[in-house]
Amino acid sequence: MFLGVLLVFLLAFTSPFVIRILGIRYAWFLGLAAFGLTVYFASFLPAVSNGAIVTEQFAWLPSLGINLSFHLDGLSLLFALLISFVGGFIMIYAGGYLKGDQTLGQFYLILLSFMAAMLGLVLSDNLIVMFIFWELTSLTSYFLVAYKHSYESSRNSALQALLVTGSGGLAMLAGFLLLGNIAGSYQISALVAQAELIQSSNLFAPMLILVLLGALTKSAQFPFHFWLPNAMAAPTPVSAYLHSATMVKAGIYLMARLNPALGGGSLWFWLLGIAGALTVLSAGILALKQTDLKKLLAYSTLVALGMLTMLLAVGTSAAVKAAMVFLLAHSLYKAALFMAAGTIDHQTGSRDIREIAGLRKALPVTALAILLASMSLAGLPPKLGFIGKELAYEALIVQPFFLVAAVLANAAMLVVAVLVAIRPFWGRTLKAPRAVKGAPLSLYLGPIVLASLGLIFAIFPDLIELSKLPAVAAVLGKPYEFSLYLFPSSFTAALWLSIITVILGLGLYLIWPRVFALLNRISPQLDIGPAKAYALFITYLPKAAKAATKLIQGETLRRNLGVMMAFSVLLLGFTAFRYNAFANPQFSWSLNAYELFVVLLCAAGAVATVLARTKLMAVTALSVVGFSVALCFILFAAPDLAITQFMVETLLVIIVVLVMIRLPELRRERSFSFLNAVIAVGAGALITGLMLSVLNNPFNPALTQFFEAESVPGGFGRNIVNVILVDFRAIDTLGEIVVLAVAALGVMSLLRPKKEKS
Amino acid sequence: METAIILLVGVLISCGLYLMLERNLLRFIFGLILLSNGVNLLIMTAGRLTRAAPSLIPEGEYAPVAELANALPQALVLTAIVIGFGLTVFALVLILRAYERLGTTDGDELSQMIEGEDGDDTSSKFPSSQQAPDYIREPKINPPVLSQVRESKL
Repeated sequence: MFLGVLLVFLLAFTSPFVIRILGIRYAWFLGLAAFGLTVYFASFLPAVSNGAIVTEQFAWLPSLGINLSFHLDGLSLLFALLISFVGGFIMIYAGGYLKGDQTLGQFYLILLSFMAAMLGLVLSDNLIVMFIFWELTSLTSYFLVAYKHSYESSRNSALQALLVTGSGGLAMLAGFLLLGNIAGSYQISALVAQAELIQSSNLFAPMLILVLLGALTKSAQFPFHFWLPNAMAAPTPVSAYLHSATMVKAGIYLMARLNPALGGGSLWFWLLGIAGALTVLSAGILALKQTDLKKLLAYSTLVALGMLTMLLAVGTSAAVKAAMVFLLAHSLYKAALFMAAGTIDHQTGSRDIREIAGLRKALPVTALAILLASMSLAGLPPKLGFIGKELAYEALIVQPFFLVAAVLANAAMLVVAVLVAIRPFWGRTLKAPRAVKGAPLSLYLGPIVLASLGLIFAIFPDLIELSKLPAVAAVLGKPYEFSLYLFPSSFTAALWLSIITVILGLGLYLIWPRVFALLNRISPQLDIGPAKAYALFITYLPKAAKAATKLIQGETLRRNLGVMMAFSVLLLGFTAFRYNAFANPQFSWSLNAYELFVVLLCAAGAVATVLARTKLMAVTALSVVGFSVALCFILFAAPDLAITQFMVETLLVIIVVLVMIRLPELRRERSFSFLNAVIAVGAGALITGLMLSVLNNPFNPALTQFFEAESVPGGFGRNIVNVILVDFRAIDTLGEIVVLAVAALGVMSLLRPKKEKS
Repeated sequence: METAIILLVGVLISCGLYLMLERNLLRFIFGLILLSNGVNLLIMTAGRLTRAAPSLIPEGEYAPVAELANALPQALVLTAIVIGFGLTVFALVLILRAYERLGTTDGDELSQMIEGEDGDDTSSKFPSSQQAPDYIREPKINPPVLSQVRESKL
C-alpha cells in the first residue's frame, strides 16, 4: 500500500519532465496508471469484504509511538478506490481541459501529490502520520486552487482555503495528541478497543471538539462552509476532484474513521448534528441565488456534506449504511457534474445558466451525462442517489429536525439539478461568447462513465451488495449484514418523503426566478456571517499585529531598548521578590573617609555626565568616573586593574575628544523623560538589591584557592592575576586580543574612505 | 564597604541606562561607558572586596602566606575593561561615519531613515491581471475582502 502511495509521489515528481517527452498523451498515461492503482486496490476487495484487514508497518519514530503504519479495511478501501478511480478520469480530463497550458507539468505534479497525500491519509493507521498527510492535502490543494495565480481572487481564495483548513488541522493535531495521551497509543486501530476509556476521560470533551474542528473545517461544515464555494477559483478538474472523492471528503473520512472510538455520545451527536443541519439549510438557501454552474454545484456539495455529517452524527447502523451509499453516489455524480460543467465552460466560454442554452446538439454526450448525474443529485430513481437519499430519510426519521432540514435541502437540490441539467441544453440557442465546438473524448469520457456507473449500481444493487460494502462494518466497528434494493416493496415513510421532496422541489423550481431575485436583493443587506467574520479577521489581523509590533518593538532603537529593559526589570524583580531575594539584607558600611570621597566623586561624575550640557562637560565628567573607578581598584587591592583602567581611560578620553570634534554639539532641546528615568533607576535599584542578596550568600573560594595554590607550581608566576590571564585562561586572552584586533580593523576601515576623500 | 560600592554600582548603571535611552547617539556612548564601569565594579564586588594585599605571592614561597585579594574577578575585569574599550571605540567611529554619511547623530532619525529604505511594497510584484491563455478567464467569484489588506501596504 505504502509503495502505491510512494509510486504516485514518484509519478508526481517526474511529471514536469516526462510530459515533455509524451506531450498530451501523458494525461492518458496517468489515467491508465490511476486505473492500475484502482485494480490493485480492488484486488483486496474479496478479502476485505470478508472482514480481513491488510496492514503494513515501517518503523519511523518508534520512541515516540509514531510509525509509518498503514491498514486497509472497508472504509479505507472504499476511499482508496474512489480516489484512484475518479482520479484516473480527472487526469484524462485535465489533459483535455488544460490543453496547451505551458505549466501542465507542474499542474500534474501538484495534482498527483495531492492524490498521493489523499491516499496516504485514508490508508494511514497512525494519528500523526494521518495528520501529516492531512496537512499535505491542505498544502497541495492550496497550490491547486491558486493555479491561476495571476488573478488576485484565485490567490485570495486559495489562501482562505489554506487558512481555514490549515487552522482546523492544527486544532486537530492538538486533539490527536490529547487522544494519543488518553488512549496511550497513536495507533488508530487500537483506539476502538479503548473506546470506553477514551469516552470516560476528563479530557474527552476538549479532545473531541479539537478533533472535530479539523474534520468540520476540512469538510466545509457550517460555520466554516464559506471557503468551499470560493475554492471554485481552481481549474475545473481540480474542483471536480476536490468536491467528489477527495479533500472535503477527508473530513467525512475522519469522522467515519473515529466513529467507533469517539462516536455515540451526546456531544458527538449535537456537535455534528447541528453543524450538519445548519450546513444543509444554509447551503440549500444559498444555492438558490447562484447562476454560475460551478457555484450551483459547490453549494450542492455543501448540502451533501451536511447530509453525511448529520448521518454520522446519528450513527445508527441504518445511518452509517445510508452515509456510505450516499457518499459513493455523491462521489460518482459530483465528479461527473463538475467535469461536464467544465466542458460547457471550456466549449462555450461561459458557465452562467442565463447565458447558455440549447447545447444538446453540440454537446450530446455531455448533455446525457449531466442528465444522468443530476438525476442522482435530485435523488430521482433509477439512480444510486435515489437509494442513498431513501436510506438517509429512513435513518433520519428518528430526528425530526434533521429530517425537515434534509427534505428542504433536497428540494433545493432538485431545483439545482433542473437548473444544471435542463437550462444549458434545452431551449433556444443563445448567443454564446464563443462558437460552440464538439468536445473531444477526454472531456466527456469521465462524465459519461461516472454518471452511468450511478445508473448501473442502482439498477443492479447486487453489484454493491456482493462486496457487502465493508465500509459500513468498518465505520460501525462491528460486523454488519448489508443489503440494498432500488425500490421498496411497499410505500414506506421514506418513499413518501421522497415524493414530498419532489413536489416541493418542482414547486420551488416554478417560483425560482422570484426566489432568485429576492435572495439576490436581500443578500447584500445581510452581509453578516462567517465569511464576513473571516474577512474582518484577515483584514484586522495584520493591523493588530502591526500595532502590537509597533508597541513592543518600537520604530527606534531606544524604544526597543527601553521596552527590553522595562520587561527585564519587571520579570527579574518579580521573580526575585517572589523568592524572597531581598529579605534580611546585610549592610556593611565601614568606609574610610578617603574611600567615601572616591565613591562620592565617582557618583557625582556619573550624575554630571547625565546633566552635562556640552560635549566637553560630558567627557570631563566621564573621565572623573573612569579615574575614580581606577582609584577604587587601587583601594581594594587590585593594582593590575588600576593600571589598565588608567591607560584605557586616558586613551579613551583622547579618542572621544578626537571623534567628538567632528560631531555636532549636544542638542539643547532634550527634555527630561520621566519614563526613561523610572526604567533606568529601576534597573539600577534592582541590580543593587540583587547584589545585596548575592553578598548575603556564603562565598565559595574554591576557584580562587585553586589559582592561588597552582600559580607558582603550575604557572611559574607570582602575580596570580597575570598567571590566570596568560596561562590558565590563555585561550580566552587570545580571544580578547582577536576581538581587539577586529575592532581595530573595523575602526580603520571606517576611517579610511574619509582619508582618501581628503 | 561592599554596600557603599554596590550603591555606587546602582548609580553608575542607572545613569548609564538613562543616557542609553536618549536620542543623541553620543550620549548613548557615554551611557555605555558608564554602564561598563558599573559592571566592572559589580564583578569585583561579587568576588568580595578586601583592603588586604594584592594577589601576589612573595618571593621564595609556593603559596600565599597571608590573606590576598581575590584574583579571579580581577582577571575577569581586566578582560572586560579592554573589551569594553574596543567596543566603545568601534561604536564611536561608527557614529562618526554615520554622521558624515547621513548628517545626524539622532538615533530616532537614523532609525526612520533605515525604515524608509526597507519599506517594501509587494503589490507591484503581483499584477492583478496579466495576459493569460484564453481558456483562463477571471473567475466569476466574489473575492474575499483581502484586497483591503494589501492597500494598507504592510
